[in-house]
Amino acid sequence: MSAARVLLRVNNIEVIYDHVILVLKGVSLEVPEEGIVALLGANGAGKTTTLKAVSNLLRLERGEVTKGSVEFRGERVDRLGPTDLVRRGVVQVMEGRHCFEHLTVEENLLTGAYTRRGGRQAITDDLELVYGYFPCLKDRRRSQAGYTSGGEQQMIALGRALMARPRMILLDEPSMGLAPQLVEEIFEIVARLNRDENVTFLLAEQNTNVALRYATYGYILENGRVVMDGDAAALAQNEDVKEFYLGMSGEHKKSFRDIKHYRRRKRWLA
Amino acid sequence: MEFLQAVFVDPFVSIYEYPLFFIEVLIGGLLTGVMYSLVALGFVLIFKASGVFNFAQGAMVLFAALTLVGLMEYGLPLWAALIITVGIMVLLALVIERVVLRPLVNQEHIILFMATIGITFFLDGFGQMIWGSDVKLLDVGIPQDPIEIKGVLINKFDIWAAVIAGMLVMLLAVFFQRTRVGRALRAVADDHQAAMSVGIPLKTIWAIVWSVAGIVGLVAGIIWGSKLGVQFSLALIALKALPVLILGGFTSVPGAIIGGLIIGAGEKVAEVFWGSAFGGAIEDWFAYMLALVFLVFRPQGLFGEKIIERV
Repeated sequence: MSAARVLLRVNNIEVIYDHVILVLKGVSLEVPEEGIVALLGANGAGKTTTLKAVSNLLRLERGEVTKGSVEFRGERVDRLGPTDLVRRGVVQVMEGRHCFEHLTVEENLLTGAYTRRGGRQAITDDLELVYGYFPCLKDRRRSQAGYTSGGEQQMIALGRALMARPRMILLDEPSMGLAPQLVEEIFEIVARLNRDENVTFLLAEQNTNVALRYATYGYILENGRVVMDGDAAALAQNEDVKEFYLGMSGEHKKSFRDIKHYRRRKRWLA
Repeated sequence: MEFLQAVFVDPFVSIYEYPLFFIEVLIGGLLTGVMYSLVALGFVLIFKASGVFNFAQGAMVLFAALTLVGLMEYGLPLWAALIITVGIMVLLALVIERVVLRPLVNQEHIILFMATIGITFFLDGFGQMIWGSDVKLLDVGIPQDPIEIKGVLINKFDIWAAVIAGMLVMLLAVFFQRTRVGRALRAVADDHQAAMSVGIPLKTIWAIVWSVAGIVGLVAGIIWGSKLGVQFSLALIALKALPVLILGGFTSVPGAIIGGLIIGAGEKVAEVFWGSAFGGAIEDWFAYMLALVFLVFRPQGLFGEKIIERV
């Protein structure tokens, strides 16, 4: 991916929680400007930790980047606080939505504009922009966010991040707990934001199938390491990925009536 | 039978016979209630913005009042002493944020609560170490004489206290509901992590909210201090704020006011008209009994935020 300019570069980072638990064991990745990059992997692979290492929300959970560096537009950002990163245009949408339950939908969106310097008018315009992408939020603007549905909350969280006018959104597990149709809708909006608003996405996802369809590039994490990476289309065709992450094996469907299932061995486990 | 009559008949008879006296007691109670509200407000502010029950609010009231009186004893005029005290309360907020809250980010609420108990002991001791533990008179020029309106005697001081409390509440309500920082405060209260993820700086927010709580504490300290004298027992009126909070809801500014009014009026009326049935002195426990009843039937208080649970 040398053609496009690199927006975010993560260099061989190691993350330790609570001074003892080694979670990331040297993760490197690059996100090109205006790309959609997917971080794939099972539970506990280190996807969320990688995102939080970038957004610097790690310290809240007593995590620490002990080695390596994170560069955003060529500037080292791993020593900054989360507010500084939002100011530079990197916003994380956390797993499980995390809306402000007792605030109304509109107030939720407005909190996203906290770091903005521009005047009132710019913020009002952006609010309209967000409602443009998520029309159903406009209908519910006055209701408390805690009473909205899971899909709406995911939209609130995304819209709230948009209000900060980000160059890059770190999207953690947007499909969690949503119906397949809604997942598709959310990813469709992600693609539109990427195309029309030039927002770069780094998304962590367990739903490999959907993620690889919308992403341009993918990294597969396992046990705190990147075990494979490549163009999304290539990954989707890869036999290992098919077997372990897409739930398909080889050419023909395996019958569960067969007594022996020979599992493919992961080739990256030397 | 006699007891039932004393509870259910006699009080109403005397209220009917002396309506003016009843109104006087009621108004006196309401105005005292406003003063409870002032203390409760400080709790609400910090609880709203950080979900922490700040046990040290009473100590902050005492500390603010002690500082103000101490500075005035040095011969400073009231306005100068006020400005310096506000400055000290803001400084105190900054120190608390840096030394106590920041290292405890994202810990359980109970841990932060315990930390505020520590702050209480520190402030109680520190304030008295610097300014001494004698009872001090505080006179900020609020008139104390009673006035008579249509046969009802009302203390001017209480009216002043009510006006000041009312203005404070309106200011705070506007601040919380209409401003960018107020919105951020409520966001932090709901979810620390999410607030940080959209770039709201926790440090600044906490420093602001503790400063505001300190200033509210100062106002409460001035009013209670002028009434009772500035002394250690000021820290204990915080205990009276507890039932007020339970009634009004921990998260509601108007709730703190209404709760205060109900408690204030309730305990005065109960004491005067029902006291004899229970052998007197029910003023001391009436508020807590009322709070207990509320906890059973409406644990979030009259105006508190409902606990939203999605299933």
